[in-house]
Amino acid sequence: MIEIVSRERCIACDKCVDVCPTNVFDRGADGIPVIARQSDCQTCFMCEAYCPVDALFVDPRSHALPEPPDEAVLAADGTLGGYRAQIGWGRGRTPGARLAIGPSLDRAGAPLTS
Amino acid sequence: MTELNADVLVAGGGPAGAWAAIKAAEAGADVVLADKGYLGTSGATASAGTGVWYVEPEPQAREAAMASRESLGGYLADRDWMARVLDQTYANMNELAEISRYPFPVDDNGRQIRRGLQGPEYMRRMRVRVRRAGVRVLDHSPVTELLADGSGSVAGAAGYRVRDDRPFRVHAGAVVLATGGCAFLSRALGCDVNTGDGALFAAEAGAELSGMEFSNAYAIAPAFTSVTKTAFYSFATFYHADGTVLEGAGSRKGRSVIARTLLSEPVLCRIDRATPEDQRAMRLAQANFFLPFDRQGIDPFKDLFPVTLLAEGTVRGTGGIRLTGADCATSVPGLYAAGDAATRELVCGGFTGGGSHNAAWAMSSGTWAGQGAARYAAGLGGRAGERAVHALGEAGLRPAGPATGGHAEYIAAVQAEVLPYDKNLLRHGDRLTPALDVLDRTWRELRGTLREEGAGVVRARSAAAMTAHARWMYSAALARTETRGMHKRLDLPEQDPAQHRRLVTGGLDEIWTRPEAGALAVAS
Repeated sequence: MIEIVSRERCIACDKCVDVCPTNVFDRGADGIPVIARQSDCQTCFMCEAYCPVDALFVDPRSHALPEPPDEAVLAADGTLGGYRAQIGWGRGRTPGARLAIGPSLDRAGAPLTS
Repeated sequence: MTELNADVLVAGGGPAGAWAAIKAAEAGADVVLADKGYLGTSGATASAGTGVWYVEPEPQAREAAMASRESLGGYLADRDWMARVLDQTYANMNELAEISRYPFPVDDNGRQIRRGLQGPEYMRRMRVRVRRAGVRVLDHSPVTELLADGSGSVAGAAGYRVRDDRPFRVHAGAVVLATGGCAFLSRALGCDVNTGDGALFAAEAGAELSGMEFSNAYAIAPAFTSVTKTAFYSFATFYHADGTVLEGAGSRKGRSVIARTLLSEPVLCRIDRATPEDQRAMRLAQANFFLPFDRQGIDPFKDLFPVTLLAEGTVRGTGGIRLTGADCATSVPGLYAAGDAATRELVCGGFTGGGSHNAAWAMSSGTWAGQGAARYAAGLGGRAGERAVHALGEAGLRPAGPATGGHAEYIAAVQAEVLPYDKNLLRHGDRLTPALDVLDRTWRELRGTLREEGAGVVRARSAAAMTAHARWMYSAALARTETRGMHKRLDLPEQDPAQHRRLVTGGLDEIWTRPEAGALAVAS
């Protein structure tokens, strides 16, 4: 589930508020989105993909953690923004779709491309 | 109240809804698309990605493609529909390359490989094309009920603009339901918006459903996560907690062994049959597959990790709203259905595994439903907006008695009957019958009292839709007294040649099931 909106990185663009398919965020009074309905988060990682400044962190567990993880650690090891980098979204990157040639699921078959 | 007029209203912003909106607009219709979440991120495709049933138009290749899955589907698919889907999918995928400039990967000869789609990239580009087509998009605006005219023809829909906290109505010449299947809020990837709402709306308008017994798809995911990407588990070995191999367990065949084992003990997994080259390719093909591992410090190729099975209901199952024409019309005038909201039996019969056929069906049926709805609306000759309409919503909206809330309790009650493996996946008449009794009781209570104010209407209607969906599923599952497709009855393990026909289901307070008479005509 969504665990972190980085106050340090957020540029208050409202993108995550708009794109979240389950409407988890509210606009905060200071412009920084608030995780208002965490239990509605479906752990789909779409907000991370759309965040232009890598300010969000979705933990892969589909239940809330007792407390959010340490943002500094996630920033340092590249986890913040990691998914967006992998799918090749962001200026100067090659779209992940262009490179998405997987292994063949049976030795004779065609490679998986999704 | 926001009031809008349109020729065509599309409910749902996944691939089927997006294609429906584009093709209706290209046919000259004024289109509104309303999505429960956000067109571009909503639904089972956007966050996941999928293979696509894209087959070159060579007779031999097409024949092989159609023949390959007929037996798995219990011979309930229709060759004419399969051929049409192959044609339409080929055309739409080529449009994605040429119009939307989707960045397909290229092979060694520099030729694009158009057999798969990355969900975020696909749906982001679909949103752009929908908007360029002049469609008015209402995000965070779930439809909550249909509107009908005096003759019972569908004439629009009402819903709630969640972020503006106010209701809306769209008066429309025709409506396309592309609201997805129902995964019962199981947390399967991207599926929490898919609560079977469209099937409820359709049934309230008098439409029929088909194939509801094919509703017990379960996907493998690392335990406690949402990532139901199952393809790479064909490289996996499954283990007991003590490290011994779980015999018979597998991703393609043997998922029921995993389910049965999970009833009493954990199941562990390791993707240990992938070469280093495979492993590198996997990361390129499905970045999202690795999120649960990378973020929990698990090396899935070396470490044992626990897995679970998450219900995908009629998202990956093939049941849905019954179609009565090649344009994806339903039995109700003015109402069309597409994607997972519609039955996918026509191309898949009683089984789908991977997403390839499902993605092909979404884009093909969306195209036809959009065009069909545009044609129907045009036939009204501009009278659409003048019709006096009435709202059709009942359960969760207009209770028979004094209103109370409580959607969460109803959802929990339904989940307790449809999520457990020993009820829905490992089906047995002795367990289906009491489960259906509980669901019928839940329905009666909910029908009598459930209503919530403001945006609560959305949750109340989702609860009602899930309850209805579960009852249609188990009614059909009890009526099909055999094993066919994904519907496997432990008490009736054989396929019965006498039951080689589709089952039609319908009704709300009283549910009925009957064999389908005759075959669907394909004429356009």
